[in-house]
Amino acid sequence: MKPILEVNKICMDFGGLRALDQLDLEVKSGEIVALIGPNGAGKTTFFNCVTGIYAPTSGNIFLHDMKGKSSSLNGLKPNKITEKGLARTFQNIRLFSEMTVLENVMVGCHCRSTASILGALFRNKKTVQEEEEIVRKSYGILQKVGISEYVNEMAKNLPYGAQRRLEIARALATEPLLLLLDEPAAGMNPQETKELDELIVRLRDNEGLSILLIEHDMKLVMSLSDRIFVMDYGRKIAQGTPAEVRENPVVIKAYLGDDS
Amino acid sequence: MEYFLELFFSGLTRGSIYALIALGYTMVYGIIGLINFAHGEIYMIGAFTALIVASVLTVLGFNQLAILLCAGFAAVVYSSAYGYTVEKIAYKPLRNAPRLSPLISAIGMSIFLQNYVLLAQTSDFMPFPALIPEFEFMEPYAHIVGSSELVIFLVTTLVMVLLTLLIKFSSIGKAMRATAQDKKMAMLLGIDVNKIISITFVIGSALAAIGGLLIASHIGQINFYIGFIAGIKAFTAAVLGGIGSIPGAVLGSFILGWTESFATGYISSDYEDVFAFSILVLILIFKPAGLLGRDKTKKV
Repeated sequence: MKPILEVNKICMDFGGLRALDQLDLEVKSGEIVALIGPNGAGKTTFFNCVTGIYAPTSGNIFLHDMKGKSSSLNGLKPNKITEKGLARTFQNIRLFSEMTVLENVMVGCHCRSTASILGALFRNKKTVQEEEEIVRKSYGILQKVGISEYVNEMAKNLPYGAQRRLEIARALATEPLLLLLDEPAAGMNPQETKELDELIVRLRDNEGLSILLIEHDMKLVMSLSDRIFVMDYGRKIAQGTPAEVRENPVVIKAYLGDDS
Repeated sequence: MEYFLELFFSGLTRGSIYALIALGYTMVYGIIGLINFAHGEIYMIGAFTALIVASVLTVLGFNQLAILLCAGFAAVVYSSAYGYTVEKIAYKPLRNAPRLSPLISAIGMSIFLQNYVLLAQTSDFMPFPALIPEFEFMEPYAHIVGSSELVIFLVTTLVMVLLTLLIKFSSIGKAMRATAQDKKMAMLLGIDVNKIISITFVIGSALAAIGGLLIASHIGQINFYIGFIAGIKAFTAAVLGGIGSIPGAVLGSFILGWTESFATGYISSDYEDVFAFSILVLILIFKPAGLLGRDKTKKV
């Protein structure tokens, strides 16, 4: 079976700087894959290439859905890539702070709706039904990630852990096949991290999502991931199961330096 | 007292028209941070379209209400098409340019559209037929408030309520607010940001066209230059209320309308603009973000 995300030899140059160098990566359906590496290794750049914020200098990115349909993501705009089934969250929280929690999730539903400006003005039956459906769906997602108690709060007033969950909820609203999480546990306490771990596993088991995450919390990475890719200086330096990666001398060197 | 009321309603009418135009300024600013100086011209083009359609239909012998509706429809469609095109030609290619570039482009577009209408029409004032019907039940009050003033106020109120509902509750409205807050994130959530920006220009232009038709019918004459004056005034109103804020634009418009009306009535019409802009200067000194604008203090 084909992997859900297939990245072939992508390179990303910023002027003379090569931020990504011949990077290969794949995520199989239903897998939780972690991308780790020291700061500045190019992990977020990689996410930005895959989600269409940057156009890679060379290389190919494919998304293969369950029905066997493949689409190239090269040169597509971020909104088109999201329509194909990719969603992401950011390292720093980027909620729509002036909107309510429910509205934030509803914005995520927009790309799957057929809303038109005329429909919104004349409020025909189809539009009304669709909007009711969006509210139901959004509320369901909030329950799923466990923050439905905040439904009508302004996003900016939520506690930190709940804001992180809301980011995931909003990404889920776009109905992704593959979810990219950029340091989802950043700034969380051990209890919140544990709950996040359970949430991610639940999303994979119950929703059939595939997940690719960048994370620095090694305890979380080791317990969560099926496979790990290790990057340094824009290159892939190792890959394998958590046990293999932990023992790999190249990885240890990248993290601790030459003398170890 | 009657004189006061007369001035009050005249200010309300001015305020309504300013509000219809100011909404376009404030919405566009809210979503792409651009002062669309060509917006006044869109309003002027709306008035001219209405004039042309009304003239043709009058010759063909349609009744007044049909002419009003057809002229209004044509003005809205035509102005929206202009607003859409202006954005695609003059602003979209400059989306990532320094902020000054689209501003200059907007001023250029404004001058271009003025001169284009000047060449296509004439520089003289052209009479505009009274399209808004005179209601019989309004006759006893005619010396205080005219039928057209009443219609202008009601139409403006209706349009604003619709706009508020659209932005607050519809899916498109939420996408617009999301785009205004964080374009990149909106895009990553699958929102076609270019489409949302186009929709914003189309809505703003449609509102300006309605304003153009109403005021032209009320005053009875138009020329190619009306958009410049009205545009500057509406822009002032938007800044007064806090640019980027929709309720702010409406509030600012009514304050400006009343200021001008009372200054004209009690002091002298020569000082109308002096008072309008004095208020602007005062607000900018004491509340730089405008009455309902958000102060730009960012959390660290």
